[in-house]
Amino acid sequence: MKAFARLLDQLAFTPSRNAKLTLLREYLGHAPDPERGWALAALTGALRFDAKPGFIRKAAEARLDPQLFALSYDFVGDLAETVALVWPARPGANREPELPEVVEALRTASRREVPQLLERWLDALDAAGRWALLKLLTGGLRVGVSARLAKQALATLGDVPVGDIEEIWHSQEPPYGDLFAWLEKRSERPSADAPGRFRPVMLAQAIDEATDFARYDAADYAAEWKWDGIRVQAASEAGQRRLYSRTGEDIAAAFPDVMAALTFDGVIDGELLIFNKGHAAPFGDLQQRLNRKAADAKLMARFPAGIRTYDLLMDGAEDLRALPFAERRQRLEAFIAKLGSDRIDLSPLQPFASWDELAALRANPPEGDPQIAEGLMLKRWDSIYEPGRPKGPWFKWKRDPHLIDAVLMYAQRGHGKRSGYYSDYTFGVWREDANGDRSLTPVGKAYFGFTDEELKRLDKFVRDNTIARFGPVRSVRADKDFGLVLEIAFEGLQRSSRHKSGVAMRFPRVNRIRWDKPAREADELPTLERMLD
Amino acid sequence: MAGFRQLLRNTPEGLYCPPGDFHIDPVRPVPRAIITHGHSDHARSGHGAVLATPQTLAIMAARYGADFAEKSEAASYGQRVTRNAVEVTLMPAGHVLGSAQAVLRWKGMTAVISGDYKRRRDPTCPLFEPVPCNLFVSEATFGLPVFRFPDASDEVAKLLKSVSLFPERTHLVGAYALGKAQRIICLLREAGYQKTLYMHGAMDSMNALYQADGVSLGPLAPATGAAKNALPGEIVIAPPSAIADKWARRFADPIPAFASGWMMVRARARQRHVELPLVVSDHADWDELTETFTELKPEELWITHGSEEALLRWAALNDVSATALEIAGYEDEDE
Ligand SMILES: [Zn+2]
Ligand SMILES: [Zn+2]
Repeated sequence: MKAFARLLDQLAFTPSRNAKLTLLREYLGHAPDPERGWALAALTGALRFDAKPGFIRKAAEARLDPQLFALSYDFVGDLAETVALVWPARPGANREPELPEVVEALRTASRREVPQLLERWLDALDAAGRWALLKLLTGGLRVGVSARLAKQALATLGDVPVGDIEEIWHSQEPPYGDLFAWLEKRSERPSADAPGRFRPVMLAQAIDEATDFARYDAADYAAEWKWDGIRVQAASEAGQRRLYSRTGEDIAAAFPDVMAALTFDGVIDGELLIFNKGHAAPFGDLQQRLNRKAADAKLMARFPAGIRTYDLLMDGAEDLRALPFAERRQRLEAFIAKLGSDRIDLSPLQPFASWDELAALRANPPEGDPQIAEGLMLKRWDSIYEPGRPKGPWFKWKRDPHLIDAVLMYAQRGHGKRSGYYSDYTFGVWREDANGDRSLTPVGKAYFGFTDEELKRLDKFVRDNTIARFGPVRSVRADKDFGLVLEIAFEGLQRSSRHKSGVAMRFPRVNRIRWDKPAREADELPTLERMLD
Repeated sequence: MAGFRQLLRNTPEGLYCPPGDFHIDPVRPVPRAIITHGHSDHARSGHGAVLATPQTLAIMAARYGADFAEKSEAASYGQRVTRNAVEVTLMPAGHVLGSAQAVLRWKGMTAVISGDYKRRRDPTCPLFEPVPCNLFVSEATFGLPVFRFPDASDEVAKLLKSVSLFPERTHLVGAYALGKAQRIICLLREAGYQKTLYMHGAMDSMNALYQADGVSLGPLAPATGAAKNALPGEIVIAPPSAIADKWARRFADPIPAFASGWMMVRARARQRHVELPLVVSDHADWDELTETFTELKPEELWITHGSEEALLRWAALNDVSATALEIAGYEDEDE
């Protein structure tokens, strides 16, 4: 995000067209793929989010005293800039997000998830990064870069006539991997209908259990399990084989085993998984293969990757995206059967007669792979393949989050509006040592999920029961006879060598405060270990 | 213990200490003045007797001539001087060369008048020294939470990056002649920039003073008198008022830069037609201000010149007893 933020900053202050060109060429020549492609799309308006600024102000006022915020806003005059400047950084809380991560998350997040994502990113970024993020989010980059100027910069980058770029521009899609490959003389000029190019993916909305089931008829939907891998698009057209992440990042280099299996002509949509004798392995196994530049034979033998397909976008040269899901599904089944690959299989449909029956299946998945699924996917039989996240045709229905009872061990002072309160909580569960002695081991940290009223009570509890202080951190009394139990909700659990407990939680938050529960009855580490993904 | 207002009070001339019978940084001529540092809104000519650090006295003499006051007395950092019953000590404020906090001790009470200050390292002057006190009088130039300055070295790195990206253009850096200019020069040297730096004539006397005090600035040359399209690829340092002036037109397609805490806010940079804002400040930012208050925990905090309102709000939220002093005569620091 740093380089992109810096570019936006400079473009905003640079009036001269020539200087803008220099800045653009410099950035596009140095930033990695797919970051520069997304940056280009954001600058030229091909990528827009148009979030309403209201929630941004709300988020800021939750972190900073509203009166201080108002004084600041008065002085600065621009909402996004004010928030970017006053946001109290929480260094070390999170890793600074990269532009492609942000784009991917925003493209797939539901409206409700955006504020939480935003807060985490704002915590990790510096002021320039926060400004860039907020401008990107609200669709107000306005740094004086036209599509024409961007094409000009690309032309100087590749030392080609700008007309050559314009001729193929319409056939290129963010993040423009093929375009850069050509400009850097790594490949031929892409043709207007480039084989193997990325097709923007269709995404599902999270279902709202309270309203959606009443609104939609179960007979209109197909159900399948939601696999816990990563969404990929595999293309094999006119000899061009490509493997894309859902944002169009080319991830082929890390998966030569999958690439070798793309012995078809078409474009498939599916989940990248590690296969263990034809069965899906947990996400942790796939992680061994992710974010690598290459893969060696040993790693591939231990963690063989494959694709569980759920859609067919191109069958040979025929574009199926305008066909209804029911028809695409039939074509997909035939396509996969004909392929007969042990690395590319079919995500089976889960038959059901009513929403109630499906709810029961979700709570108690059948034997086999569905047991480690993340939940269910619902797809309207008549849905065409529509890029983005349309509301209605596709839903995801995740399993309920994991819950554990943990004991509050440490508390740290918060920021902004919470600066006077101990609002960041480290919690632990019981672990038994070789002598059979039980002690608490920290397993995570949570700083939201409670109301302001609850925060006040938590803060008082921390102050009343402090046993030691280290800078801004207080150690709170927590032993078998006394301690505060927090019910923690989290999305997943992975092994981690960086944590003393050996596990790391995804998105932990305080679900309930168990003032009533004795500390000794909190959960034990083995309980947690059984929840490992 | 006597009340703080017996030791220190606000008058039309500025802060006045009745038992010691002297003013601090007065804005009008007075018989006896203590001057915290050489910036023109704090250090004015025409007083009777002036007490200041030797560096500040030298700066005043360079600016106003040797007869800037009837009488001057130098006090080094930490040296105790008595004025009637009041013991006065000047302690480093970390703002510019010679800048000091005035520490007043009287009847078991300690008052610290910070003058302008910052808490960050500055290669051109010693670090601010916190002094435990009952009353702390703080500046508030950047007393809003929007001011959280980045590392000055990162800002200088931006300048050098731009110089390498636009080798055919002159980078014209606006910097206040006392303090900011020399700090920027030293930061450039620390970043490995060894080439000659070109100076507007207004920088010369202060540069010479810093060098005489042992601050090494490396090779400098005058920028004035250069031909048309002069100094491509070079860095020129000039007073902020000169960068958008006719004077700037002699250089090769100049990129106007400005080193100031105000550059944190985009509208401020645009107002001045700055194309390369560099957030480098010699004042404490919001965090430095509030952290200083937290560290010193004075019984009473007086806030002067700047954005008092937000700091008063902070004080209220943090149970600190604070008052805003309206001292006339200090403008938005052109820092
Ligand atoms: Zn000053
Ligand atoms: Zn001042």
